[in-house]
Amino acid sequence: MALLGERKRKDLSFLQFTRLLVVYPWTQRFFDNFGNLSSASAIMGNPKVKAHGKKVLTSLGEAIKNMDDLKGTFAHLSELHCDRLHVDPENFKLLGNELVIVLAKYFGKEFTPQVQAAWQKMVAGVSIALAHKYH
Amino acid sequence: MSLTKTERAIIVSMWGKISTQADAIGTETLERLFLSHPQTKTYFPHFDLHAGSAQLRAHGSKVVAAVGDAVKSIDNIAGALARLSELHAYILRVDPVNFKLLSHCLLVTVAARFPADFTAEAHAAWDKFLSVVSSVLTEKYR
Repeated sequence: MALLGERKRKDLSFLQFTRLLVVYPWTQRFFDNFGNLSSASAIMGNPKVKAHGKKVLTSLGEAIKNMDDLKGTFAHLSELHCDRLHVDPENFKLLGNELVIVLAKYFGKEFTPQVQAAWQKMVAGVSIALAHKYH
Repeated sequence: MSLTKTERAIIVSMWGKISTQADAIGTETLERLFLSHPQTKTYFPHFDLHAGSAQLRAHGSKVVAAVGDAVKSIDNIAGALARLSELHAYILRVDPVNFKLLSHCLLVTVAARFPADFTAEAHAAWDKFLSVVSSVLTEKYR
């Protein structure tokens, strides 16, 4: 987990939630009211998608600040995703892995196998925390 | 699930670059797999899995070569990987969940080494292609 400290200092703002909707098109099912999602370029340029991506990243930032209590940090969001958004937790795993791949793309060699392993643990923890309040 | 013409073109063209670092990519993929998903090591009790091990390098090469075979016969992946499919079904019997893990680590390795080429479309095409490869390798399981 100490390796994650490095990542805190990097600006995460370039990370793209948008990629999820391109690579796994069935995830678009949650975003019917987002407007034009008809092609990769439409998705990548869609302002609602970008705005939502920012929200997701902000939450992940919270996760990094509270790594010792992910379940507590995400309790409210977990209830929201279950009761109001009706999101299958499998999607959290998809997003987590997609985030790891984007990190690899941007950090290249720096994203060593060891750093990846730390991030895999992190995204797994976030996925579990987000699914924790499901009933 | 079958690959579109565009997807095939993306994969074949990227493979040109990837194959120039095939062995290193194979080794790195396996290193990532064993570190991020240590349960996958259970399939290799007979291997020395330390970084730099000759067995790791040899096995990494094998894996990437097989991916290359699938790329070269991208219109008939099932045919190209028929022997490997039987090997995995009857001898190796690797649980199907692990193909996703290996595919993921290969994507991470490729993204880290070829960031400019790894656009969202390329990512989607590769993810789909590796899904097809995984399906072929598990289709004789039962």
